[in-house]
Amino acid sequence: MALNNLPHKLALTGLSLSVVLSPLALAQSVEEKGRTIMEEYERRDTGWQDMQAEMQMILRNAQGQESIREIRMKSLEQENDGDKSLTIFDQPRDVKGTAFLSFSHINKPDDQWLYLPALGRVKRISSRNKSGPFMGSEFSYEDMGSFEIDKYTYKYLTEEACGQLTCYVVESYPVEKTSGYTRRISWVDTTEYRMQKLDFYDRKNERLKTLNFTGYQQYAGQYWRADKMEMQNHQNGKSTVLAWKDYRFKVGLKERDFNKNALKRAR
Amino acid sequence: MQQAITAAKMQRSKPAYWLAGALFSALAGSAQAELEFSGKIDLEARVFTEDASRNNQEDTNASLLIEPQWVWFSEDQQHLLQFKPMLRVDQNDDERTHGDIREAYWIYTQDNWEVRSGLRKEFWGVTEFQHLVDVINQTDLVENISGEEKLGQPMINLSIALDSGIWDFYLLPGFRERTFASTDGRPGLPLDVNDDAQYESSAEQLHTDLAIRWSQSYDWLDLTLSAFHGTNREPLLQSDLENGQPVLMPYYEQMTQIGTTAQAIWLDWLFKLEMIHRDSKSESFAALHTGFEYTLYGIMSSDTDLGLIVEYGWDERGKDASSVMQNDLFGGLRFALNDEEGTEILAGLGRDMDFDSHSFSIEASQRLNNWWKLSGEVRMIDATDSRDQMYNLRKDDYLQVTISRYF
Repeated sequence: MALNNLPHKLALTGLSLSVVLSPLALAQSVEEKGRTIMEEYERRDTGWQDMQAEMQMILRNAQGQESIREIRMKSLEQENDGDKSLTIFDQPRDVKGTAFLSFSHINKPDDQWLYLPALGRVKRISSRNKSGPFMGSEFSYEDMGSFEIDKYTYKYLTEEACGQLTCYVVESYPVEKTSGYTRRISWVDTTEYRMQKLDFYDRKNERLKTLNFTGYQQYAGQYWRADKMEMQNHQNGKSTVLAWKDYRFKVGLKERDFNKNALKRAR
Repeated sequence: MQQAITAAKMQRSKPAYWLAGALFSALAGSAQAELEFSGKIDLEARVFTEDASRNNQEDTNASLLIEPQWVWFSEDQQHLLQFKPMLRVDQNDDERTHGDIREAYWIYTQDNWEVRSGLRKEFWGVTEFQHLVDVINQTDLVENISGEEKLGQPMINLSIALDSGIWDFYLLPGFRERTFASTDGRPGLPLDVNDDAQYESSAEQLHTDLAIRWSQSYDWLDLTLSAFHGTNREPLLQSDLENGQPVLMPYYEQMTQIGTTAQAIWLDWLFKLEMIHRDSKSESFAALHTGFEYTLYGIMSSDTDLGLIVEYGWDERGKDASSVMQNDLFGGLRFALNDEEGTEILAGLGRDMDFDSHSFSIEASQRLNNWWKLSGEVRMIDATDSRDQMYNLRKDDYLQVTISRYF
């Protein structure tokens, strides 16, 4: 999930890293350099196999009023395709058991389904609706898919300070025409290649949202995850905070935990 | 008194009662920290806007629904037990005061297959205003004339997820009778419905039904094919006498039904189709229900999506059809506000082109906070032809408000 920015294993060797760091980098175009950085970002988060975590989704309106959702999430890494994920709601109580299944893809729109337990029905999310809000939050359905390198083309912008760290600033342009964004700007730190900040620009190319990542911790000796992600919508004044806990990696989730039967079985 | 009625009704479906009991004791026996409890209580008020057809019927009604739920997962997630009973207490309708076990089942999961045993609800439809193909569960009609409320069906269901699609095999031991309002209840039929149903099969409600279903998702298309053989969930209502009074006697035939559903996504369009062919002793016919939903995403630069729905229902039997939608056109508007409160409104207008009758409905709901939800419903019917199935309901237009407390 982009939520978790779990990149995908499109195998890349350490060579690409050395390209960034070597003087040869000067010969690279800004497009190549942008892509190289994002490839390294993805490579460093490859091989986690499966993970699960819990989160509180805190919705804040322009007046500062809050409503809280309790959510569990499971993800399965895929060898030659985007990741699979299952998101289950515990709160609010009227949607308890509502489950969201997402199959991210590299070069076609993601497949997404929503199970509504009160009706006992599975609803398919149209790819035309990817910019729609996910369960009333400032995250869109599109934001719920995993990061895949070939979903975007890239342009390296600059290198600048981001908090205590230094970040590569890379602009990315969605390949899918159904995307709700014209571009995204990523701030990825130069030491560990962790996403620190993401700016989203809407179809009119106006800045729509900013996602800030804080409280990074390393899991399974390798994979960095943020404890807190805050999405601020600049146009409507609303924000959504994801407060993560209980990250667990390699718990042994299987393909069978991510099909339509599993979606209906989620509780 | 009401408890006695409830108990009597539960006992009527003995296999269901037995299964539920067995499962619940299994559940209670293994009750560890993993047992999760939730549920809801609804307080519902109805106001009927027209004078009743009978003078014993009231113009207002209050009703209380309790629906708790227990869920248990084994450590390895391979076993799931779920128990969900319901109890409704109704102010005016003794038949609507009823209890049911909606769900009481065990799911055992292996690599790509699972077995689901017990009382369950299986939904098979895709269209909005009618569910032709959906025949596994009996309709709990006394709950709502929409027909969306279902009684728990005893079953053993083997589901296999293959590359060719999901294959479901159903063994359905035991049958549940459709519920009907009493003569005090509204909306209701003009005559009392006899509790003593008749069956074509000598096994009566112990007849074991069989069903199979295949479903597959392609890039832009969801397809299903299904077949069902067993007791028709839809009774023929025959005139009868009980203590010298005219009543309606439900008669349940055996039937074989082949059904298919298709749902195709193309740009902002969702095309839907349901088709059946049903064979029984008294008739053999085809019926279809089809239409589309066109969605305008984010109307007027808001987060609100507006769905425009058009559907058409056709039945080969024409005016003699037992279904309400034999030559009916529907238009609907679905507003999904996509807000924190999950606000949704669905309004629908139906026109019966054989009988010149109309139906109108609105369903709306909004979350108040984590624990409370408010819903409203309006149903209105305008029918003048006594041969029309909707004619019976013409005096029972109502407005309904429900406040739900979740726990």
